[in-house]
Amino acid sequence: MEAGKLPGFLARRLLKAVAVVLAIVICNFFLVHAAPGDPASVMAGQSGAADAVFMEQLRRQFGLDQPLHVQLWIYLKSVLTLDLGFSHRQQMGVAALIMERLPATLLLTGAAFAFAVVGGVTLGALAAQRVGSWADSFITILALTFYATPLFWVGLMLVLVFSVWLEWLPSFGMSSVGAGYEGWAHVWDVAQHLLLPALTLGLFYLAVYARLTRATMLEVQDQDFVKTARAKGVPEGRITRAHVLRNAMLPVITFAGIQAGQLVGGSILVETVFAWPGIGRLAFEALLARDYAVLLGVFFCTSVIVVLFNLATDLLYAIIDPRVEVG
Amino acid sequence: MSLLRVENLTVALPPGADRAHAVEGISLTLEAGEILCVVGESGSGKSITANAVMGLLPKGLPVKSGALELLGQDLRGLASEELRKLRGDRMAMIFQEPMTALNPLMRVGDQIAEALQVHGAGGNAAARVQELLAAVNLPDPAAIAKSHPFRLSGGQRQRVMIAMALALEPALLIADEPTTALDVTTQMQILRLIREIQSRRGTGVLFITHDFGVVAEIADRVAVMQHGRIVEQGNAAQVLNAPEHPYTKALIAAVPKGAAERDLPPPAPELLRVLGLRKTYSRGGWFSGRVSVPAIQDADFSLARGETLGVVGESGSGKSTLARCIVKLVVPEAGEIRFDGTDLRPLSRAGWKPYRSRVQMIFQDPYASLNPRRLVGEAIAEGPITHGLPRAEALDRARELLALVQLDPSAMARYPHEFSGGQRQRIGIARALAMRPELLIADEPVSALDVSVQAQVLALLADIRKKFGLTMLFITHDLRVAAQICDRVAVMSRGAIVEMGPTSEVFANPRHAYTQALLASIPGRGWTAPAAA
Repeated sequence: MEAGKLPGFLARRLLKAVAVVLAIVICNFFLVHAAPGDPASVMAGQSGAADAVFMEQLRRQFGLDQPLHVQLWIYLKSVLTLDLGFSHRQQMGVAALIMERLPATLLLTGAAFAFAVVGGVTLGALAAQRVGSWADSFITILALTFYATPLFWVGLMLVLVFSVWLEWLPSFGMSSVGAGYEGWAHVWDVAQHLLLPALTLGLFYLAVYARLTRATMLEVQDQDFVKTARAKGVPEGRITRAHVLRNAMLPVITFAGIQAGQLVGGSILVETVFAWPGIGRLAFEALLARDYAVLLGVFFCTSVIVVLFNLATDLLYAIIDPRVEVG
Repeated sequence: MSLLRVENLTVALPPGADRAHAVEGISLTLEAGEILCVVGESGSGKSITANAVMGLLPKGLPVKSGALELLGQDLRGLASEELRKLRGDRMAMIFQEPMTALNPLMRVGDQIAEALQVHGAGGNAAARVQELLAAVNLPDPAAIAKSHPFRLSGGQRQRVMIAMALALEPALLIADEPTTALDVTTQMQILRLIREIQSRRGTGVLFITHDFGVVAEIADRVAVMQHGRIVEQGNAAQVLNAPEHPYTKALIAAVPKGAAERDLPPPAPELLRVLGLRKTYSRGGWFSGRVSVPAIQDADFSLARGETLGVVGESGSGKSTLARCIVKLVVPEAGEIRFDGTDLRPLSRAGWKPYRSRVQMIFQDPYASLNPRRLVGEAIAEGPITHGLPRAEALDRARELLALVQLDPSAMARYPHEFSGGQRQRIGIARALAMRPELLIADEPVSALDVSVQAQVLALLADIRKKFGLTMLFITHDLRVAAQICDRVAVMSRGAIVEMGPTSEVFANPRHAYTQALLASIPGRGWTAPAAA
C-alpha cells in the first residue's frame, strides 16, 4: 500500500461506514418495534394494577402514541446528535448507561480476544511444525473439542471445577463485593474474576485460530519461496518466523477482524452466566423489559464497533500485505 | 579437484511409486567456469539430482547411496547445520517459477540482504544489495530494492533471484529451469546474463532444462536423463549434432525445426474475416477511478478454408483474448467477426447456437480443461448430444474419434486423471472434433507438454487437418512450433497485429522490429537439429 493513498481511502471508507450505520439504525428501529408488547404494557404489568387510562397516559408520556414514522424521525434526529434517549426504567440517560457498562465488556472481550489469538496461533504453529507427531494430534483433538463444545456448558464446567470444587477463583461478578480493594489489590481481584469468563469466551475462537493457523502454515510451508529461503541457507527457526508464519497470518487476520466485531455483541451469554456487569447483560435485561431506548442504544453502539473493526482489519491487511490495493 | 562430483547417486522413491528409484547411479562432474546442462523430460529425475546436491530433498526421497562432493568436501557426511552454512554461501540455486519463488510480503532488497545476514555477512548489506541488483542489470537498484515482488515483472524477479543467489559469490550455481516460465525475449536476456556472470566470476553452473534450444545456447557439456538415469553425457556440440543414444536422438528429432519451405495452399474461399476487432479490459468501482487496458486494438485478419494461421506473441500480447473473442468467451466491444459471410459479433445466444458446432476450441491446459468427474466418452459425446444427436450415435462417434487420435476405445469408460498430459490433449482434440467443426481454434495446445509428446500432438493435428480439410487458428508463444505447423503467421504485440504474412517469409525477412527481436531470441537459433537418422 502506498502511504499517499491513505487519507483518501480513509475518507471514502468512513463515508461508507456512516451510510451503513444509518441503515442499521433504521433496520433496528423497525425490528424492535415489530416485536409484540411495548414498554407501557410491561411497566403496567410490573406495577401490579393497570387500567386502560393509565396505559394510555404512559404511552403518551413516552411518545408511543405517535405514528411509527414520526417516532422513527424523532429517533433518527436524536441519534444524529448522538443523543441516545432516556431509559425510563433505569431512570438514566442511555448514553451514560452504555458508557458505564462498556469498559467492563471491553475488558472481558479484549482479554478473550488476546487469549484466543495468541493461544490459537501458538498452538497452531506448534502443531504445524510437528505435523504428524503426538503433539500435533493432541493439539488437533483439543481444538476440535473446544470447537464443538457449547459456550455455556464450558462456562458452567469451569465454574464447577475452579470455583465450586477447587475454590480457586470467584464464580461471578467483576470484583469482590464489599472488599473495597485499592490499587494493585483491586487489579488482582478483577483479574481473578476475569479469568473464567475470558477463558469461556475465548476457547471457541482459540480453537478456530489453532486450526486455521495449522492449515495455512502447512500450505505455506510447501510454497516455492520457502524453498528459496532454505536454498539460501536461512536457519529453520527463522524460516518459520519470517517466511512461513507471516504469510500464514493473512487468513487469521481476516478471521480476527470478524471475531473482533462479534465480541461485543457475542458476550451476552457469558456475561449472563458469570454475572459480568457489561453491555451484553444490559441488552438482555433491556430486551426482557421492552426498554426500547436502551436496546436501540446498545444495537447502535455494537454496530458502530463492528463497522470500525472492519475498517481496522482492512487497514491492517493493507499494511501487512503489500499486494492489497487500498481504494 | 572438480568443483562438483556426483558419483553413483541413487535416490529412493516412496514405496508404491511407478519405479523404485527417483534417480539411479547418477555420476557427473562439473568444473569451475563450466556450464553443464542436464536435459530430460518431466519425471526424468533432473530436479531430484539438483535438490540432492543442495540437500533440499523432501523427507520422502532419501539418498540411498553414492557420493556428493563439493570442492573436495563430502556433502553426504555433513550435519544439517553444516550443510545449511554451505547453502547460499558456496552453492546457490535459482528456480523455475519467478512468480512464486520470492516471499510476497517481503521487500526484495530485504530478501537479498537476508541471504547475506544469515551467513554473517550482513555488515553493509544495504550497499551490497544495490551493487548486486546493478550487477544483474536491473535499472534503478535503489527503487527495486524497496519494491515488493508483485511490482516486478517475471524477468525482473528472475534477475532478483539471480542477484540473491550470487550474493556471496558461490562456487556452484544450480539453475532449475530458470527460463521456462519466461517469455522468449526475456529468456534470452536471462540466458545471456547467466553466461556473462558465469564467465566473469568463474562460477560452475549446473543448468537444468527440457529445451534443447536452451542447451544449444548455453551449454559447455550436456547430460541427458531418462527415467532417473543418465543415458548420454558429453560435449555440447557432440551431443547436439551427433547424438548416440536412441533416446537423445528421439528427443532431438522431436525439436520443432525452423520454418520449412512449404507450398502455400491453393487459393480457397474465405471462411473467417475479422475486421477492426477491439477489446478493452477495465477495472474500477464507484469510488475509484477506472483503469483500462487495451487487450486487442483493431485486429484485422482473414482465414481461407483449409488454411492454418498462427498467432504468435509473448504473454500479455492479447493472442488468447483474440481467440476467445472469436468464440464469444470474451465479448469484444467493436469490430466484425464474419464467419462464412455472417457477422457473429452482434448475434444473441440463440443466434450463436448453429455456429457453436462449426467453431471449436482446444485449450492449453489438458489437466484443467476436462471435467475430472466425467467419463471421457461422456465428455466427448456431450457436445453432439446437446446439439440433438441421439445418444447412441454420439457415443459411436466418440469411439471413432478416440481411434482417430490414437487412443484405445477402452478410454471411453475411464476418467481424465487416468491419462497422461499428452493423452488428455488428444482427448481434448477428440472432444473438439466431435462437433465436426469447420474452424478449429487451438490456444497453446502443446505448451504444457514435453517435447516428444509435443511432436506427436503436432503431427496428429497436421494429420487431422489434412484429413478433414480443417481451417485452424493456432495460438502459440513458441515460434519454432508456429514455424512447423502454420501456413501464415500473425505477430501480436501489446494487443496489435504488427506483422502478418506467409510463415517462411516472415521468418526469413521479418520487417517489424518486434518480429526481428522475437526471432533473434529463439534459443539455439544458430543450431539446426540434425535430421533423424
